[in-house]
This record gives sequence, C-alpha cells and structure tokens, in this order.
Amino acid sequence: MTELLLQTVVNAVYAASYMSLIAVGLVLIFGVMGVINFAHGELYMAGAYTVVALYSQMNVPFLAAVAAGLIFVGALGILMEYAFFRPLRDNPLGGLIASIGFLLILQTTAVLGFGVRMAHIKPPTQAKIELMEGVVLTHQRLFVIVAAIALLSALYVFLRKTKFGWAMRACAQDKEAAALQGISLNQITRIAMFIGAGLAGVAGALTAPLVSPTPYMGHSVIVTAFIIIIVGGIGQLEGAVVAAILYAFVHTFVTTFFDGVVADIVGLVLMLVVLVIKPTGLFGAKERA
Amino acid sequence: MLEHRIVKWLFALALLAGLVLLPHVLSFSQREIAVLLVINVLLVVSYRLMTLTGEWSLGHVVIMGVGAYASALFAKRLGVPVPLSMLLGAGLAGLVAGILSFPLFRMKGFYFLIGSFAAGEVIRLIWKFFSYPFGGPKGIKLIPPVPDLGSVAFYEPENYYYLCLVVVGISLFILYRIEHSRIGLTFHAIHWQDKLAESVGVDTFRYRMLAFVLASFFAGLAGALYAHYVGTVNPTRFDVEEMGFVLIWAIVGGTATFYGPILGVVVLTVINEIVLRSLGFDTARPMIYGAILIASVLFLPNGLESLVEKVKAAFSRPKQAKSAQQARESA
Repeated sequence: MTELLLQTVVNAVYAASYMSLIAVGLVLIFGVMGVINFAHGELYMAGAYTVVALYSQMNVPFLAAVAAGLIFVGALGILMEYAFFRPLRDNPLGGLIASIGFLLILQTTAVLGFGVRMAHIKPPTQAKIELMEGVVLTHQRLFVIVAAIALLSALYVFLRKTKFGWAMRACAQDKEAAALQGISLNQITRIAMFIGAGLAGVAGALTAPLVSPTPYMGHSVIVTAFIIIIVGGIGQLEGAVVAAILYAFVHTFVTTFFDGVVADIVGLVLMLVVLVIKPTGLFGAKERA
Repeated sequence: MLEHRIVKWLFALALLAGLVLLPHVLSFSQREIAVLLVINVLLVVSYRLMTLTGEWSLGHVVIMGVGAYASALFAKRLGVPVPLSMLLGAGLAGLVAGILSFPLFRMKGFYFLIGSFAAGEVIRLIWKFFSYPFGGPKGIKLIPPVPDLGSVAFYEPENYYYLCLVVVGISLFILYRIEHSRIGLTFHAIHWQDKLAESVGVDTFRYRMLAFVLASFFAGLAGALYAHYVGTVNPTRFDVEEMGFVLIWAIVGGTATFYGPILGVVVLTVINEIVLRSLGFDTARPMIYGAILIASVLFLPNGLESLVEKVKAAFSRPKQAKSAQQARESA
C-alpha cells in the first residue's frame, strides 16, 4: 500500500510539472495580451509532433528535437500574434474566436501531415531509478520534472530581475501606463507569445514519448489548463503553478484509486466550488473595475 | 412607407416559398443536412437570447444534449408519446438551467464563460460515466422516431424537414416576441448598464436566470428534434467542439440583430457542407473553416449582418440612409 501511495505521489509530481508548464504559458499570454488562447492545447500538440518528425522520423537527438520544438512552437506563437492577436488587441472575444480558427488549422495540418492515428515514439532512454522497492521513476519522466523546474525558475528570474521582465509585468498591469513609460507594447506581446507558446511546445515535446501523440490530444489538455488557471486565478503565474500541483495530485490520486472519468468530474467540481466561493480564484486579486 | 412594406412582404413570401421548395431541389444527403441546419438555426437563435444579457455561455450545446437525452429516455424507457416527450425534454433542459443559475450567475464575463463550460462538462461526464440510464460513452441508441401522421412518414428527411420547419418557425416567432417585449428590453438594459438597471429596481439575477432558462428550453427542444431524427445520442456529440461551432456561427453572423446568427449558421453550413464538399476537400475542410473564421473576425468584425445593413442602406433612398447614419452616430 505504501508503495502504491508513493508511486502515485511520483506520478502526480510528473503530471504537475508538465501541467504547470502549459498553464503558466496560458496565464502569461492572458496576462500580457488579455486574451484567452484557445489554441494552447494545439500548441502543445505541435510540440509533440515536432519530436515525432525530428526524433523518430529523422533521427535527430532527442534533446535537440525538444529544443527545436520550443523554438518552432514559439515561432508559431509569434505568427499568431502578428496574424490576429495584434490587430484584434481591442477585441478579446475576437481574439478568442480567431484562436479557435487557428486551432482548427493546426489540427488539420497534423492530420494531413501525420495521419489521425497515434504516433508511437520509441523512448530515448529506458533507464529508471528505483526510489524504493516498487516505486519507480523513469528517466523520461525525470527529464520532464527537471525541465519544468529549470524553465519555470528561469522564467521567474526573467520576470523579476531583468528589464524586459519588469516591462512585461508593467504591461500586464496597465497597458496604457506602460506604453507611456516608453515600453513597446508590440515587442512585449511578441516576446510573451514566444515564451507562452514555447512553454506549451516544450511540454508537448518532452512528454511525446510518454503519451503517443494524436492530432486531437490538445482537447483534454486545454480543458485541464482552463481548470488550473481558474483555480489559481486568471493572470496569476504563481497561482497557476500551485493550482497545477493541487490539480495534478487530486486528479492522479482519484484516477489511481477510483476511475479516470470520476477524476475529471472531481476536477471540474473542484473548479466550480472555487469559482462559487472565491470567483477570482485562489490567488486572484479583486477584479479591477 | 407603403412601398417599403410591400417589398418586405414580398421578401417574406419569397423566403417562405424558397424554404418550402428547398427539399425538392436538393439531393438526399443534402436534405439530411437541411434538417440539421433547421435544428441548428433554433439552437443558435436561442443562444443569442442568452447573450442578450451579456453573458456568453459555453454550455449551451450540453443543455441541448439534456433535452435530447431527456426526450429520448422519456420516450424509450417510460413510453411517453414522442411529441410530448420532446416538450418534457425541453422543459427539463430549462429546469437544469434554472438550477445551474444559482452557482453560475455568481460569476460574470470570462469567469461565467469558463464556469458554464465546467458545469456542462460535468453533465457530459455524468452521461459518460453512468451506463444506466445514460448508456455510457456509447450513449442511447434506437430512440423511438416521431410517429407517422396518417401517410406521412417522418423518417423521410423531406417530411422531417417540414416538421422541423414548423416547430422552429413557431419557436423563432416566440423568441422574437420575447426579445421585443418588455422582458427583452430589460435583457438589453442589463447587458449595457447592469448597475443602472439594478438601481431602478430590476432584479438582474432573476432576469439573467429567465434568459438562461428560456434559451435552454429552446435549446432543449432543438436537442429533442435532433435525437428523434438521428435516433442516437452520445456524449461526444455534445462536446466543446460542437459548442465552438455554435459560437462561431453566432460571431460570424453577428449578434446585434435577430437574423445575424441565422445568417451565420446558414452561410457557414452551406460553405462547409456543400461548397467545400463538392470541391473535393475532405480532410482539409476544418482548416479552410478555420481560415474563414480568422478572416471573418479580422475583416468583418461586426459579422455578416453588417454587410446586410450596408446593402439595405445602399438600396434605400439616400435621405433615409443619411438619417440612419445619423441615428447610428448618435446612438
């Protein structure tokens, strides 16, 4: 029983790390641009398919493929920013609808390029660490955990310590005031899109060997990410990380001891309860009028 | 103004004649699409009633599913005659919406959007989880069809099309009258100035709930029409992707006028099902759909209805156009 419990904890930590990568990217985009990116799950999918194309079809080393995934999906983010988020800056609902359109385009591209069926990727390493008897952590999962911690710490330092980070947070607080201080909104939104999309891409790339990508994998991911950002409070980066950990633990434990569908229901009910009790999320500030 | 009125009546007559004659010019599969299109018109117009109060829901398709499941179960397990079960299903959809109002209308704007999505998803997962009575992931099959009326068999798409046309026509008339009644005007007031409306004694919660319940009733009716035509319902049919389509129809058509969403669903369905299919795109259809969507948001931000308004302005006398222009500017 202890082994099962500990193994579930390990699984939950793994789930929490890739979920927080995705959720933080979504929150960053919302914070800076004020628009919900519905295509975020498909950016995750694009990251996974970069690994399919480079690593399993062209035999590029795995880590290089992951890096390529980050850059490629980040570039997709910049493309989205140029194509519709920038012209629709004053129309958040329009931005949301346009991102649904982009979601359909990405999904269809994946179907046309790789087919509807699951792409199986041979894992780059089969090694695993035995933490205790019966408690196993594969290297592949360890990669994801380490990468999540490293990338999120780097993002934290970037936002708190660098001039760009300060400017980005200023934009998230008040666009006009930031622009009056000589901050280029276009530049900041471009960087925010690159980072936000890139984080989703890297999450997809790292987990690709573990989840067998399909073109429709983004759907469940975006649902999870929505729950996390609501529970954490929209626009709160720290909240997103805490909520991701909370959600991952609840979901993994309920899945292990009951059933996957029950876990989904519990997650959604959790979110509804948070919304009813504290409609701005656990870490959300009072909504500005 | 008499002249104007005659044109209006002629237009309405032509539209009616076109709708009645439509099945005779379509192929069999296109007739099936026409049936679904008429059902979707009711769905999207009821959705617009909901948006009048300013709240955008992501659970509308699930509410439609509540109507579909309820009507199917009433008819199949309890043996309720089909036309009655449809009304019961629609009523149940309204009831579910009434219960959901209590948690959901504590939220506003984006939070409401996500909250309604979560509530819908919970309902959908309940269908998926309980094999009895909802049939689990496979859903309900062999739903009893609408009984024949004399020699008219409703499994024929052509006849079902006329049935839907009548039901949807009556529903649209009711929805139109609601919007132009005092209640509808209050909905508009809540949308634009909810604090002001409250300060003159409007219970905004009650009116939001009323809009939600009414919209859900008609969405449920659309669901019931769907269930007894197709004969099977399952949880995947009512997922968020379908909701995305409803949202897209409403936005591309525009929601400022009553006919905007109808225009959206008709034009996009015709493009999607008939033009793109006949051009031979099959797997690439969603991509083109997506591109059309982005283009319409970028270049036609007020929806297709703004084009109609422009055409109208061009055809009416210049003096009228000018006064309309002034009215719009002062509004």
